[in-house]
Amino acid sequence: MAIKDIPVEECILQGSAACPGCPATMGLRLVLKALGRKTIMVVPACCTAVIESLYPNTSFEVPVMNIAFEAAAAGASGVEAALRKQGKGDITVVAWAGDGGTYDIGLQALSGAFERGTNFIYICYNNQIYSNTGIQRSGATPYAAWTTTTVGGKAEFRKEMGEIVLAHHIPYAAQTCISYPEDIYAKVLKAKSLKGPKYIEILAPCPPGWRFSMDSTVEMGRLAVDSGAWALWECENDVMTFNGKSKLLLEGKVARKPVEDWIKHQGRFSHLFKPTRDEEKLRVIEDHVDRTWERYRGLYLKK
Amino acid sequence: MGKTGSWRVFKPILDKNKCVKCLRCWIFCPEGSIKREPDGSVSIDYEYCKGCGICAKECTVKAIVMQREGESE
Amino acid sequence: MTIMIDTGNRIAAKAAVMAKPDVVAAYPITPQTTLVEAIAEYYANGEFGGEYICVESEHSAMSACIGASAAGSRTFTATSSHGLLLMHEMLHWAALARLPVVMCNINRVIGPGWNIWVDENDSISQRDTGWIQLYCSSNQEIFDTVIQAFKIAEDPRIVLPVMINLNAFILSHTSMPAQIPEQKAVDDYLGKYVPAWKLDVENPVTFGNIIGPDSYIKVRYAMQEAQLQAKQLIPQVAKDWEKRFGFFHGDLIEYAECEDADTIVLAMGAIGAESKLAISELRRQGHHVGLARVRVFRPFPTEAIVALGKQAQLIVIDRNISVGNEGALFTETKAALMGVPDATIHGYIAGLGGKDVTYHDIESMVQHVQKGKTAPQVWYGLEEGR
Repeated sequence: MAIKDIPVEECILQGSAACPGCPATMGLRLVLKALGRKTIMVVPACCTAVIESLYPNTSFEVPVMNIAFEAAAAGASGVEAALRKQGKGDITVVAWAGDGGTYDIGLQALSGAFERGTNFIYICYNNQIYSNTGIQRSGATPYAAWTTTTVGGKAEFRKEMGEIVLAHHIPYAAQTCISYPEDIYAKVLKAKSLKGPKYIEILAPCPPGWRFSMDSTVEMGRLAVDSGAWALWECENDVMTFNGKSKLLLEGKVARKPVEDWIKHQGRFSHLFKPTRDEEKLRVIEDHVDRTWERYRGLYLKK
Repeated sequence: MGKTGSWRVFKPILDKNKCVKCLRCWIFCPEGSIKREPDGSVSIDYEYCKGCGICAKECTVKAIVMQREGESE
Repeated sequence: MTIMIDTGNRIAAKAAVMAKPDVVAAYPITPQTTLVEAIAEYYANGEFGGEYICVESEHSAMSACIGASAAGSRTFTATSSHGLLLMHEMLHWAALARLPVVMCNINRVIGPGWNIWVDENDSISQRDTGWIQLYCSSNQEIFDTVIQAFKIAEDPRIVLPVMINLNAFILSHTSMPAQIPEQKAVDDYLGKYVPAWKLDVENPVTFGNIIGPDSYIKVRYAMQEAQLQAKQLIPQVAKDWEKRFGFFHGDLIEYAECEDADTIVLAMGAIGAESKLAISELRRQGHHVGLARVRVFRPFPTEAIVALGKQAQLIVIDRNISVGNEGALFTETKAALMGVPDATIHGYIAGLGGKDVTYHDIESMVQHVQKGKTAPQVWYGLEEGR
């Protein structure tokens, strides 16, 4: 499947409130091209709720129900049950939430909806912060990152949300990244073809949140994957496959780039480089990624 | 938000002769301001383009350059 | 009509199922549990043909009801006490979103300490949310009011969620007979649900995005207008129900022996029912006492209260307390009577924590007032100790 085969029709209109270089609208355009207009979205408080823009205007050409921050998956459960009872089970129900509404405040509702086998797609666009409220830390924020609530750098490592999802043994779970449109498109199509709960998490580098130049969104995503800080994978009925560069990393066929090559472009990590290099923290970061991939190999590498 | 082209500081300028019609600019534009033409090439909707520069950065043949608004080509 | 002798919870469940909601999403909490369990039995035996979502919390119960209602389906849930409190955010959401969700709340004490018996702080705490609130006093009334609630909620002039309150154990777990109409009569009464708005792929609209101050105030005003309309509609619904099904439980207020009363007791729920016995006994002793059982707390029946306050001295019994001020019915009654300068209103706090309030207690309160021994607000039963 090539980029030219992706449908032309736009379901996200130009002129939204999104920042220049925003990965969320980038992702929304692509996801809705894969899903088409027979889609109903449930959107909790997150950047996208603002990107929808100000009443009486909207930037969305599919029906959207906004809902409270923690309630996306629960709201989607209700929408899906109603549509099924009305005989409209062919409409795709999508919960589209940020990492805040997924990893943290929305985790309970997500877990419940998955355990109940709700037939919907849950998509988390992850910019590793509470972006809508102004760049506060979330459970997805990586170790040592500056945020407005971790001013000296976050002291803890981020959650492996994808692996939490795997423990629910839903038909399909995947990690992808804004820099790989063919990957996202294929994964959304795959999710659409399956019944039951599906989860897709899209790494979404955020220019104001990570403090990098607005033209570098796609490059930041690529470097995250090249350095092993983010993995591309999909798991269908408990069968795990790593994708693209991540597959090569898992199999040891290529070496990963240093995480430093990714974070040195981001102001949220600038305190690790200026006024002096924090060698210890940089070592901790690299070690952690190495250990993570050792763990991935132990769990997911086919023997 | 109305015609967000007014947000721009830098403007993408496309050289169609260099363009290889890979459509990476089209798929990556966060705004959907790059339109596909019938001949397979692209054009830019300057009424809404916010000038982020991702198209220029991701173009593998450097067919798009960013130019400061107000400066001549 | 068939006769069902069962608990308030199970009769409420029967009514809910007969209303044929597409979706029920609920989370168990004592003493609501037997209500949602009854629905689960109906689901298992096929009598309930809708979707039954066993959500993982009450916040999610209301969120799922909101999703289902927004998708164009009739929805129902039930909760109590801490469950109601947990869904507080989403109660506001459902009302502001103008979704006609119907919910039974079993009035139960709030902790700590843990207490599963009756008081009304749970639902009274929700009086600002925009939900229409009714308080029942018998199992027949519960059945009738649950069905009426869908009628009221879904009326195009209203389109607001409705809460039916039943006191814990006294109603929820007490068996009383109720006459149940035929399913067809209920179908004919309610008709097919026609949503005022819904999520529709043929007509894509974004619901609930950012709204400026000038527009938001209009949303609030529209809600207020709808509640004021409900003050007209609820009596019409009650009268119509009496014609069709033969039962009348009052409309905004249920009156007992008020015509020539110089003293009128205002109470809600089970205390309201119990007051009828007190009134009978006091009448036998020669007192001109009546009962006005407040059946609808939201919208507040201002006009009816004013009429009562002009006629008689009022004794308001609250099974709730707004800490730092007074019982809510007392405060709102006094506010309603601001334009009646010689109105006399006495306030009692009684029955908090599930402390039993019998007709003897209510007689004592009235006699207390008759003897002139009153204070601005009396905590009845406090001095009796544990």
